[in-house]
Amino acid sequence: MTFQEIILSLQNYWAKQNCIIAQPYDVEKGAGTMSPYTFLKALGPEPWRIAYVEPSRRPADARYGENPNRVYQHHQYQVILKPSPDNVQDLYLGSLMALGIDPKKHDIRFVEDNWEAPTLGAWGLGWEVWLDGMEITQFTYFQQIGGFDCELESAELTYGLERIAMYIQEKDNVFDIEWVDGVTYGDFFKMAEWEHSKYSFELADTKLLFSFFDSYEAEAKRIIEEGLILPAYDYVLKCSHTFNILDARGAISVTERTGFISRVRNLARMVAQAYLKQREAMGYPLLKK
Amino acid sequence: MAKDLVFEIGTEEIPAKFMNRTLEQLKENATRVFLENRIGYDSLETYGTPRRLVLYVKDMAEKQEDLETEVKGPSKKAAYDNDSNPTKALLGFLKGNGLDIKDIYIKELSGAEYIYGKKHLKGMDTKEVLKVLLPSILVSISFPKSMKWGNKSFRFARPVRWLMPIFGDELVEFNKDDIRCSKYTKGHRVLSEGDIEITNASEYFDKMRKAYVIVDQNERREIIKKQCEEIAKEKNGKIIHDDDLLEEIVYLVEYPTALLGSFEEDYLKLPKEVIITPMKEHQRYFPVEDEKGNLMSNFITIRNGDDSYIDIVRQGNEKVLRARLSDAKFFYEEDKKVPLDQCVEKLKSVVFQETLGTIYDKTVNIINNSIYIAQELGLEEKEVEELKRAAYLAKADLVTNMVKEFDELQGIMGREYALVQGESPEVAKAIEEHYMPRNAGDDMPSSLYGAIVGMADRIDTITGCFSIGIQPTGSQDPYALRRQAISIINIILEKKIHLDIKKLVQKAITPFVEKGIIKEEPFKVIDDVIDFFKQRLKNVLLDRNYEYDVIDSVLNVGLTDIEDAMLRVKELSQWKNQVDFLAIASSFNRVSNLASKAETMEIDSILLSEQAEKELFDSYMNVKNIFNEAMDKKEYHDALKALMLMKRPIDNFFDNTMVMVEDQSIRRNRLAMLKTIENMMMRFADLSLIVVNK
Repeated sequence: MTFQEIILSLQNYWAKQNCIIAQPYDVEKGAGTMSPYTFLKALGPEPWRIAYVEPSRRPADARYGENPNRVYQHHQYQVILKPSPDNVQDLYLGSLMALGIDPKKHDIRFVEDNWEAPTLGAWGLGWEVWLDGMEITQFTYFQQIGGFDCELESAELTYGLERIAMYIQEKDNVFDIEWVDGVTYGDFFKMAEWEHSKYSFELADTKLLFSFFDSYEAEAKRIIEEGLILPAYDYVLKCSHTFNILDARGAISVTERTGFISRVRNLARMVAQAYLKQREAMGYPLLKK
Repeated sequence: MAKDLVFEIGTEEIPAKFMNRTLEQLKENATRVFLENRIGYDSLETYGTPRRLVLYVKDMAEKQEDLETEVKGPSKKAAYDNDSNPTKALLGFLKGNGLDIKDIYIKELSGAEYIYGKKHLKGMDTKEVLKVLLPSILVSISFPKSMKWGNKSFRFARPVRWLMPIFGDELVEFNKDDIRCSKYTKGHRVLSEGDIEITNASEYFDKMRKAYVIVDQNERREIIKKQCEEIAKEKNGKIIHDDDLLEEIVYLVEYPTALLGSFEEDYLKLPKEVIITPMKEHQRYFPVEDEKGNLMSNFITIRNGDDSYIDIVRQGNEKVLRARLSDAKFFYEEDKKVPLDQCVEKLKSVVFQETLGTIYDKTVNIINNSIYIAQELGLEEKEVEELKRAAYLAKADLVTNMVKEFDELQGIMGREYALVQGESPEVAKAIEEHYMPRNAGDDMPSSLYGAIVGMADRIDTITGCFSIGIQPTGSQDPYALRRQAISIINIILEKKIHLDIKKLVQKAITPFVEKGIIKEEPFKVIDDVIDFFKQRLKNVLLDRNYEYDVIDSVLNVGLTDIEDAMLRVKELSQWKNQVDFLAIASSFNRVSNLASKAETMEIDSILLSEQAEKELFDSYMNVKNIFNEAMDKKEYHDALKALMLMKRPIDNFFDNTMVMVEDQSIRRNRLAMLKTIENMMMRFADLSLIVVNK
């Protein structure tokens, strides 16, 4: 099964489970949770089901394309089921079957793992799912987002696509994964990995990036005052990514670190609050369906 | 007639580390609830797997016991009128409690007579009562961390998906938040399909076994142990036991099957801990060793299932471990190249605590505290130099790749890298041991350097946190200050170190005073820290089975030298059990009672007029010298023996002399003498606090 077929299988499977199949959100982010399709939609009482691939950038994990397991950008397959259905674990195991992973032939475990994202003011309880000892999915019941209790709890499934592909294709190196027949993951991304590593660790203009951070923050605040949620949230994401590059570059001292994190969290909280208010004012349109 | 009750709470995978406590709680709560509701039974047990909590009660009575309670009515006066006819008050009482007039009787209560009656409450059917009790037991379970899901009215560790309460062969039907409540359960997630009907409680365990669920955790534990032994033996090895790991695995699987995997022998060149840690902490594997105790290139993992397709599972696990070991090897090789001195420099950018500063700042404090302790203990200059080196390098490994990846390897990697880079074995050992004891059951540091650096580190954390107002309150103790203080105490007692704790605290607190970050007056903080140590020492001594009054009497006179306090507690405990201590303690008690009234401690010998007081004074002058000399030499047996000499003169004094006389100067003088005697005694302990029980 190629990387592409893995994605297509998951898309088909979750489409049949009445999920919206969305496209990746077009602002840089470190995880699928940060997409507004998750971060905002998990708030409030309205039901929601969505699935999408999310390219996730983690500058600190960049390794110039030389490490067999770590990359600047990996791909998450993200599923949100809100409210979490009673058979959510069975639905998940069904998705593994769709990938040709028969639970009878393996050892699949749900091992306690509690998820927390300090920049988002979010946390949840759940597991990491093990396939024969390897973590392949993060499974979380959201409890708080943007500092607000989740009124209607969502289940979030985050598949690590590279891990799963390496397992299915029996590869020891992420760059050997076959994206499609004849094209490897390395062909597709190795150069990008090197360039982003070089940029994040060596070339990023920290002075400029610090000023970006300040500007993005100010713009997010200004826009939120105007009552526009999504444009403001885009700047929150930009703040977060800028912070991640600066962090990878070693430009943020440990003392400053907490300060930056709380600045991003503060913005995320403001956006979450505005979104909740907006949906309430709109009369929760998705509730009526 | 009695029937068995099985109550299964079907859940999604509950964190393994919660399970033991949860099952205890379920047992305690159910026992209490059944007792309160007068439901008898033969035995009550709780069982659990990752997906179910089970309450099993054998031979439970089908009815609650009847209840007879005494109810109090109106006073006799109010119950009958002048013609001895029942009043409205009495009739109302009878009616309200369903009593007949011939059932009542009269009892006296604080001088007045009242009407009483015995009220009978018929026991209800157990099955009906369980419909209320079982849901209340369900929601009474609490967890260290719990969650909400699906708009349920209660929280649980993970979602509850079904309930199966069966009493005999009947369903105890109730509705709790629309969670499925039926005679159906589920078997092993993969090996069993569909729902399983339990028609009678007594067939529960057998039916579950057929559905690949071993419900009894004790049975699973034995199976795991036996299988591990067997397959390790095939390789002529044995597993390295780890009870915590075993306990966790017991609650990660419903149907255990052990399998043996292997990895490349080349990795065995790495330090043992570097191989074992990823195996145990990340993968929950048991390491295997040969008869000589050498680590083998094998591991044992417990699959949740049977042995079908077990080779696929083995290969998968081997692949994961290989990747982890290759990471570890890479980290180890990279780390070795970086001089530890360079690592210490990097500590300047690692924050220990926002106000207290970086780990580098902490390192400086550890060095200074270590030097201070070394000088107090009279270490030689050469030794102090070596100790300084160990203190300087103690935290260096925190910035190595290996410790960043596996923080439980802190200290151990420091030792390894120190040895590789040519530090002395003593320094390397001290780096590792300064973290010991790592937890309650852990070994003490074997080396004096390790002990000193460890104390220096902990006293820095404690005084630092107290200085900026982070003190443990209730269950809040984010820096584990209690544990750190207990570690210092245990190290002192184990190594029999005589150290003035007050002076140590004064020394340790100086950097925070100098930096101006201390929030209160230094003397106040020092007092708080000493009180904190006193409380911890008290707990440590109680744990060692010393009696609380003996501990109090010693600690109440102040705490300076912990080891010394321990010696006095020991000595006093022996005396307390040997001689007729009641008389002696009460003699000193009489002294203390009056001594508190004294205004001065100046005794004017000319004012001593009566025989008994002269004798007491002579006795004091005599005992004082012997006592103080013994105290100075820490010969506590002799010191107490000397004090005992004063018993007869004290008793004599009180029997024959009036202290609170009219004459002010004589009264003052007698009180002063008592105060002086008390003061002497207080060097050892406040004997008036000794409680003598038969």
